[in-house]
Amino acid sequence: MSVEEKVKENPVEEFLRTDRLPHVWCQGCGIGTTVNCFARAVRKCGIPLEKLAIVSGICCTGRVAGYLKLDSFHVTHGRPIPFATGLKLANPELTVVVYSGDGDIAAIGGNHLINAARRNVDITVIMLNNFTYAMTGGQVTPTAPYESINTTAPYGAYEKPFNLPHLVASCGAVYVARWTAYHVVQLTKAMVEAMNKKGFSFIEVISPCPTIFLRRNRLGDAIAELKFYKEHSVIKHGADTSEVGWDETRPDEIIVGKFVDVERPDFIEAMNTHLSKRLGDKYVWWGKK
Amino acid sequence: MAEIKYTTADPKGVLTGVHYMDGNHAACEGALAAGCRFAAGYPITPSTEVVERFSVRIPLVGGVFIQMEDEIASSICLQGAVWAGLKAMTVSSGPGISLMQEHVGLAACLETPCVFVNVQRGGPSTGLPTLPGQADMQQCRWGSHGDYEVIALSPSTVQECFDFIIDAFNLAEIYRVPVFFQMDECVGHMTEKVIIPEADKIKVVERRYTSKPPEEYLPYKPDPDLVPEMVKAGDGYRFHVTGLTHDERGYPVINAQAQKEMVYRLVEKIEKNAPKIWKFEEEDIDGADVVVLSYGISARVALKAIEMAREKGVKVGRMRLIVVWPFPEPRVKEVANSVKAIVVPELNIRGQIAREVERIAEGVCKVVRVPHAGGTVHDPEQIFDAIMEAAR
Ligand SMILES: Cc1ncc(C[n+]2csc(CCOP(=O)(O)OP(=O)(O)O)c2C)c(N)n1
Ligand code: SF4
Ligand SMILES: [Mg+2]
Repeated sequence: MSVEEKVKENPVEEFLRTDRLPHVWCQGCGIGTTVNCFARAVRKCGIPLEKLAIVSGICCTGRVAGYLKLDSFHVTHGRPIPFATGLKLANPELTVVVYSGDGDIAAIGGNHLINAARRNVDITVIMLNNFTYAMTGGQVTPTAPYESINTTAPYGAYEKPFNLPHLVASCGAVYVARWTAYHVVQLTKAMVEAMNKKGFSFIEVISPCPTIFLRRNRLGDAIAELKFYKEHSVIKHGADTSEVGWDETRPDEIIVGKFVDVERPDFIEAMNTHLSKRLGDKYVWWGKK
Repeated sequence: MAEIKYTTADPKGVLTGVHYMDGNHAACEGALAAGCRFAAGYPITPSTEVVERFSVRIPLVGGVFIQMEDEIASSICLQGAVWAGLKAMTVSSGPGISLMQEHVGLAACLETPCVFVNVQRGGPSTGLPTLPGQADMQQCRWGSHGDYEVIALSPSTVQECFDFIIDAFNLAEIYRVPVFFQMDECVGHMTEKVIIPEADKIKVVERRYTSKPPEEYLPYKPDPDLVPEMVKAGDGYRFHVTGLTHDERGYPVINAQAQKEMVYRLVEKIEKNAPKIWKFEEEDIDGADVVVLSYGISARVALKAIEMAREKGVKVGRMRLIVVWPFPEPRVKEVANSVKAIVVPELNIRGQIAREVERIAEGVCKVVRVPHAGGTVHDPEQIFDAIMEAAR
């Protein structure tokens, strides 16, 4: 095989809509890296491609759905979780993944996030946290660290940022992990686990936005940011999620790892179990028994 | 081209027999008869009984009800269910319907066949939770941003809540549009006799699934009737849909040309097919001096006024819209050409339907509005006075 052939052969190409490339993301953006992890996870997860659906909201990260060669839905800002809920409940055989940004999932979509975690709807939410509303030019988000500069927090943010792993864990999510765009191996593995986990799984992926967040906050380029993740990350599987909050732009410790991995009946199982208990033979079981 | 496939109702969802029930319950039974197997909703008076009944019935029929965290969630959750292969609806009233508007646009743009039931109450804002209105008639048409078309139906009786919601589901499938079922508090809460036929007497339209293999399928390539064929998640098509302006492949294209092609088709698939969609009821139009044009509960109240005017010797005809949008413009024009005046009673004060009639009848015949702020129905005397004045 010549060098040229080797370069051309992209191991994840079969999962991409190559007719849509080049993609819209900036050079150095972490989103592409995470998509690469996701494509590898799709290959490894053992789920037939035709049974895997992906749903994104509206944001830079939301463009992910459009580049993956799966049944893919690019819906409205903040609402991929309820759309995914409808997909999953209507056809329990599907594996449904939501892939979207921090503003989309945690700000405008926050109510859907907590309720889906509470219901334990069997979907996987991959939330890419770049600490800002990147697509609209860098406004402040509920994940923006204290003092970080954003166009609508020009003198620095002063609201407490969300600790999302803690939020979803306390609502009842059965799988909660956080990784950064530096941790490609661990992230890929987490994606495989989350997709195969029955119930609501959540992965927060910390990711560099060099064009907006890093530049505006004078944090260097994407490489510098990945280096920062590398040097400051501490892997703490099973960490107490109340202690994993990210409050400063440059925390001393970035706590990453698999925080939660527990069992609890998902929505459909709970519905089937409960209704068949109450209604006996009259109940029409939903999905495969 | 995907043929429009008619079948008969699945007997599991059909409660054949003679019943006494209210309009909300009848709408639920109609939806089940039409094949609706998924509902997402959030409680709101005066519509809640529809989903309450659905949550009692659906476990026995096979399907899912989910009470969502709000109406924004409900109005998109149901679209996920549709794209996974079910027929689905959401049900609400004023404030909830207002919250759903972004997803009405999403349904129009993705061409998701689905039904929005609005049991109208008085507004604006929280308004009159327990009392009727017909002031959301323009909202259902224009409520979301951008250019698109919907279909809307308005029942006048409890029987029609059953019958016409089946039409609503069928039209949603044929044209792949969000269809509004515009009830009102009176129709929703009054109890009448409802005859539910045998399942094999109920006509149901199947989804326009493509028979093309994935390599040949284009999600938004329209058939000659301007409606594209559909697929669902899980069948191996690995398709993409987006709420961005898109081309036939379903891929986003952000330019004026793509925009023009998309929005013209979204509008024209309803406009050009309108003659197949219109549905209205007429009586004594020929030779009439005055025609009362109305819909929903107001059309029913108008019957009394029409009778009173006829007793006074006025030749009164009537036209009742069942499908409100698309508006039966050519027929209203013909009627305008043959009468002195058209009288339009409705439970809103801005002439939401009357202004449509005025636009069509301009310079041809008089149009008399009979506005009412809602909270109750018209006093028939009010409509009678309008008829008498119009006849002068
Ligand atoms: C209802 C609605 N409000 C606002 C917007 C505008 N909008 C589009 S993307 C976006 C921000 C997305 O930020 P985030 O979710 O963090 O994703 P990122 O772009 O950073 O990946 C906003 C506010 C919209 N499309 N719809
Ligand atoms: S703006 Fe930021 S998040 Fe968006 S593509 Fe560019 S680098 Fe990535
Ligand atoms: Mg962001």
